[in-house]
Amino acid sequence: MYKDIITPLTKEKVAQLKAGDNLFITGTIYTARDAAHKRIYEAILKEEKIPFSLEDNILYYMGPSPARPGSVIGSAGPTTASRMDKYTPTLLNKGLGGMIGKGKRGKEVIRSIIQNKAVYLVAIGGAGALLSKCIKKSKVIAYGDLGTEAIHELYVEKLPVIVAIDSKGNNLYENR
Amino acid sequence: MRYISVEEITTNIKEMCIEANYKLASDVDKHIREAYTKETSSLGKSVLKQLNENIDIAASESIPICQDTGMTIVFIKIGQEVHIKGGLLEEAINKGIGLGYWEGYLRKSVVSDPILRENTKDNTPGVIYYEIVAGDKIEITVAPKGFGSENMSRIYMLKPADGIEEIKHAVLETVKLAGPNACPPIVVGIGIGGSFEKCALLAKRALIRSIDIRSDKPHIRKLEEELLDEINKTGIGPAGLGGKITALGVNIETYPTHIAGLPLAINISCHVNRHVTRVI
Repeated sequence: MYKDIITPLTKEKVAQLKAGDNLFITGTIYTARDAAHKRIYEAILKEEKIPFSLEDNILYYMGPSPARPGSVIGSAGPTTASRMDKYTPTLLNKGLGGMIGKGKRGKEVIRSIIQNKAVYLVAIGGAGALLSKCIKKSKVIAYGDLGTEAIHELYVEKLPVIVAIDSKGNNLYENR
Repeated sequence: MRYISVEEITTNIKEMCIEANYKLASDVDKHIREAYTKETSSLGKSVLKQLNENIDIAASESIPICQDTGMTIVFIKIGQEVHIKGGLLEEAINKGIGLGYWEGYLRKSVVSDPILRENTKDNTPGVIYYEIVAGDKIEITVAPKGFGSENMSRIYMLKPADGIEEIKHAVLETVKLAGPNACPPIVVGIGIGGSFEKCALLAKRALIRSIDIRSDKPHIRKLEEELLDEINKTGIGPAGLGGKITALGVNIETYPTHIAGLPLAINISCHVNRHVTRVI
């Protein structure tokens, strides 16, 4: 029922994914939401260095609640993906392999996913406590001043996601 | 005359912010568990199973139900026989919010200016509504509101001739546009009547009413029931991945309005519809 995917998310792995597949993601992924996207996007436009390589990596649209002492992270579910649509094609052109969020994507993003052979995955919105149990390590690696919106490098084990838009453009949300 | 200290208000607000974010309100909790048994789509069922597990983990391990612990909406009804002593009420409320979000390990999601967007770092200020009522007590409701669903809410200034038919059309249009973004199964708060801003406030108030309580007006009660049925026929389903449970409840609040108008506001909440009420 569930396919295991280990990061990095290479083009070969992406090619095998189909809309509707249930996946368990294991490995390193990075968080970025509205404010971090704006900074990465502006850095790319100015041809400045960005804090980590996007190549074959996965971005998780997520801003966690604070970790209690002794915990890795707080609640950690996905945020609405369409707010990143303005920035996404530029990031995909830089080699981003996949994204985890919730909700539909715009036409330009879907076109860019097909063009760049990437994938859009969804996690269940509002299941932040459950999803946090899959996060084994968390470290802020950039934009620390943004608080919850800083870029966190996460190590996840069996993070449950569903393929919403695959690299051929098949879309789980179509006609819904 | 009865005296209530600002410290008592601060402490209660602090505790209510924490309680609301860790333990789902009992009405929503009951309905989301029932939804699992009612849902027939296998994907929808697996989403609801995860959501039920999530509620249990949140309560037992003290992890917020959702990482978006919301902007803090506060409704405060002050009995006119009450005298608040020891400081300013608004400061006391915001102090309670700040303490609750820090001590409860809740996410600070508020920016001080909508354009400049600098985080206030303690989730203040809250959005506070005051009401003066009879008596010598204070009733406080704390409702932390997530913005995935808030962003999908809408206002329509309909015409009187539009009537029930257009109200239904507008609500269904809003729910369909919200789709997966609002984290279904949703709770739909609807305000009808009043003025432009009044109907929005009615919609917000509708969200803090238990979804087990129907309107006491027969024609509104009928509309609530019909809308719930029609929303669940859209097939949007849990997480927007298809199924018959799209909404857990529809609550409508109304107010008299102008001869020329039919204001309608639809405030959508995700399944994490948080509200805690206390009387001091």
